[in-house]
Amino acid sequence: MTALLDIHDVTVAYHRRPVLWDVDLTLKQPQLAAVVGPNGAGKSTLIKAVLGLVPMASGRVEVFGQPVGKVRKRIGYVPQRESVDWDFPVSVLDVVLMGTYGKLGWFRRPGFAQRQWARKCLEKVGLVSYERQQIGQLSGGQQQRVFLARALAQQADIYFMDEPMAGVDAATERMIFEVLADLREQGKTIIAVHHDLRTVPQYFDYVVLLNVRLVAAGPQEQTFTPENLKKTYGGRLAVLDAAGEAVAAETRAL
Amino acid sequence: MIEGLLQTARENYNLLVVLAGASLLGIGAGIIGAFAVLRKRALTGDALSHAALPGLCIAFLILRERNLIALLLGALASGVIGIAIISALGRWTRVKSDAAIGTVLTVFFGLGMMLLGIIQHLPGVGSRAGLNSFIFGKTAGMTQGDVYVILAAAVVCLGLIVVFYKEFQLVSFDAEFAGSLGWPVYGVDLLLMSLVAAAVVIGLPSVGVILVSALLIMPGAAARFWTERLSTLLIVAGGCGFAMGFAGTLLSAADIPRIGERVFGASAREFTLLKAFANLPTGPIIVLTGTAIFTASMLFGWRRGAIARLLAHLRFQRQWNERQLLQTIFDELESATPRRTVTRAALLARRAWTGAQLARMLAAARADGLIADEGGEISLTPPGAKAALEIARGQRLWQVFLTEYPELAASVVNLVSASVAEFVPAATLAELRKKLEAAGRWPREEALA
Repeated sequence: MTALLDIHDVTVAYHRRPVLWDVDLTLKQPQLAAVVGPNGAGKSTLIKAVLGLVPMASGRVEVFGQPVGKVRKRIGYVPQRESVDWDFPVSVLDVVLMGTYGKLGWFRRPGFAQRQWARKCLEKVGLVSYERQQIGQLSGGQQQRVFLARALAQQADIYFMDEPMAGVDAATERMIFEVLADLREQGKTIIAVHHDLRTVPQYFDYVVLLNVRLVAAGPQEQTFTPENLKKTYGGRLAVLDAAGEAVAAETRAL
Repeated sequence: MIEGLLQTARENYNLLVVLAGASLLGIGAGIIGAFAVLRKRALTGDALSHAALPGLCIAFLILRERNLIALLLGALASGVIGIAIISALGRWTRVKSDAAIGTVLTVFFGLGMMLLGIIQHLPGVGSRAGLNSFIFGKTAGMTQGDVYVILAAAVVCLGLIVVFYKEFQLVSFDAEFAGSLGWPVYGVDLLLMSLVAAAVVIGLPSVGVILVSALLIMPGAAARFWTERLSTLLIVAGGCGFAMGFAGTLLSAADIPRIGERVFGASAREFTLLKAFANLPTGPIIVLTGTAIFTASMLFGWRRGAIARLLAHLRFQRQWNERQLLQTIFDELESATPRRTVTRAALLARRAWTGAQLARMLAAARADGLIADEGGEISLTPPGAKAALEIARGQRLWQVFLTEYPELAASVVNLVSASVAEFVPAATLAELRKKLEAAGRWPREEALA
């Protein structure tokens, strides 16, 4: 069986300093996977390297057993919210429509069918009544949901998301997670950079622990352990305590 | 008068051709520049135009004659070299882009000025070269052939913008996402910068190296005040560019005093103002027209203009004041139920208002027919009572919602909405109301009766 995602021996360097170093990661089954690690661990870089947005010093990436360039139409992406200018003169619907551009190809404009589909995606994130608003008028959580809707509009089979829950309120976080869980139900794979260790056990079924090098990757129950977290974060107790509590709470719940 | 205009048009066929060319240039530059501004490359055009000067001079030194196409090709070549150096500095050294742009711009321009000095002292050709007109621009010298070149280039540029609209839009907004789709972001950027370069080079003879970037930047920046939509923004930017090109050319290339005489009769000779418009350089006039358009847009633009924002702010402040006043009156009446009137002192005790603020708010509410004031005894009129009850309910619902659902609060809390009703489902609303009723805090009509 070909792997859904095969990252082999990937190294990325900025000014000769490694940001990712010999990272190997293979996903064989559809997962809702969290990429976790301290600041500067290369979490976003990992996603960008897979998508070919940053040059790799060495290594190889395959998605669905093929080079990324051949399967772009099956890949969805949610960049970090801060990566764009929210003052840009586009409406909420315009942004979601951008999700259909990949399948449209050159020169062709989105038409009625694409608009209907984009509205459907907006509906899933509860923003249908905002479709005509300029994107800068939305709150941070709503902006994050617009990006999610755009990814949904891509109709991809594997999604890479860079901190899709950063800076959102608890209710929005739950809603985003429900959308992700729904995708997972449909047999899609989601790889999301996640910053909040406390919610990892609650939301994700697979964990990738990263700190320049890959520390551990596997099913959440076996991988998201205090020992592995210590290896990833070093001895930063506050972080570990928070995570430890989450693990303990999860254990109690079971 | 119309007779005069027609005659002027017949006599100035060349002027009309030049006007058409400059207007088209304005439209093209405005639209291309709008994309450059959105892609945060506004200064690239400026660097390019300044860097074009040495190439222009070198082309002249080689040919020893004023051949416009050759001069512009030379300008384009050195402009592109300048941009390439800026891009290389950013990529291979740690020089920041603003410093790189500033360095290249001044070095190339200095070099160009030096070459210009050399050309002027060349025996024979120097003084006749007229390269000085490229500094501030001069449309008067344009030939029909030049105009056809501009026309063709403008049509090609606009065509490319139409064809690649979707690509330019996405790359300008979110280049990373475009890259994730496998799009050649660098190639799209390159195409956009080529269009910028084309606009700059074509604009050089009429607007001049120093000011041609205004034709790129100002229309897009002005258009942003009028709209939140990209397609509309491009059209408005094209319109602003048209106005700049047209007005700038008309005022500088046309023999204004003569036309004035033709159109308005001999009495126009008396206007010294018209005489002042004889033989002005085109670039500065275009920039001044642009400044007027930009200033007007900044003030009157109905989406983001200063006046629109001020009005929106005042409207909100007024609504907010009225809501707070009615709510405070309700609170006061509720706490002293048998009474039907409140005093200023009682209201002031409940809020951080000054006496003058309260007086203004009361006057506004009275003008709206919401309250009556009889010798300092303030009462609610029937419509005022209805509004106050609604406002008080909405406000208490907000309060209990914020304490019951603190995690939701951050995303929906909004002072423009009087009540939480539009954000939460009916069941939640009923539950919130029950909570208020249980605590005896649900605003009842009896409090006002």
